[in-house]
Amino acid sequence: MPSKPQRIEVVLETLIESITLAEEIGVRVAVAAGFDEDGQYKIGLAVHEAVMNAFQYGNEQQREKKIHILFELFPEKLVIHVTDQGTGFHLADVPDPRHDDNVLGHSGRGVLLMKAFMDEFDVQVSAAGGAEVVMAKHCSKQISQAS
Amino acid sequence: MSFKAVSREVGGVTVIDMDGRITLGEGSDLLRELIEEKLRSGRKKIIMNLAGINYIDSTGLGELVSVYRQMKNQGGELKLLNLNKKVSDLLQITKLYAVFDIHSDEAQAVASFRS
Repeated sequence: MPSKPQRIEVVLETLIESITLAEEIGVRVAVAAGFDEDGQYKIGLAVHEAVMNAFQYGNEQQREKKIHILFELFPEKLVIHVTDQGTGFHLADVPDPRHDDNVLGHSGRGVLLMKAFMDEFDVQVSAAGGAEVVMAKHCSKQISQAS
Repeated sequence: MSFKAVSREVGGVTVIDMDGRITLGEGSDLLRELIEEKLRSGRKKIIMNLAGINYIDSTGLGELVSVYRQMKNQGGELKLLNLNKKVSDLLQITKLYAVFDIHSDEAQAVASFRS
């Protein structure tokens, strides 16, 4: 029978400060999960990018809207959900920033970085209609269960 | 560590030594203002020394691209110096490594500007 994951939930206001705060929480969770320094950096940056997307595009910088983060620690991987209260988007609609027409664009690299730094990445529409980024980083060793 | 930038002149080239993070709300605005000020004062050969930059997010990468375009549009040249592995990896992933002129030696970077 699969073990139940440890779950950590964080709800943040749509503030610019929430981006760094979420990144720091992501790094702490990664440390607790036993990831090495490189893994901690990549998980922190992926959380930073997901929350920045929620801040800018999903919740359109409206403070009263919330950004919900759920960390799930399984023995084999850390799964992170970042959900906003916007109208959602589809991955297929996100242009590739590496394409010749886009490489000199100002924005559009966040999804690429999250995909590059995480082992699994998807964007779903949440039950409330916002975007839900779901991403996972696989562990090279078993996650120790906190007491 | 928050973003800091100090500029100096080397052989007619402006070298900007940067420290900290270039992210949304933490350096990207300051970087843009600094470059605009340099361009207004006629400085068109700029090296960004990123030796002290330990973190860049996608907004920071976008700001580097904007600076590059702004410099080019105004007849200037921008070069990057001393990228650490994290920053270098980000530029590789986004294919920006091929856009920028990147150096690891300051004297060579200065000498690489057209006279």
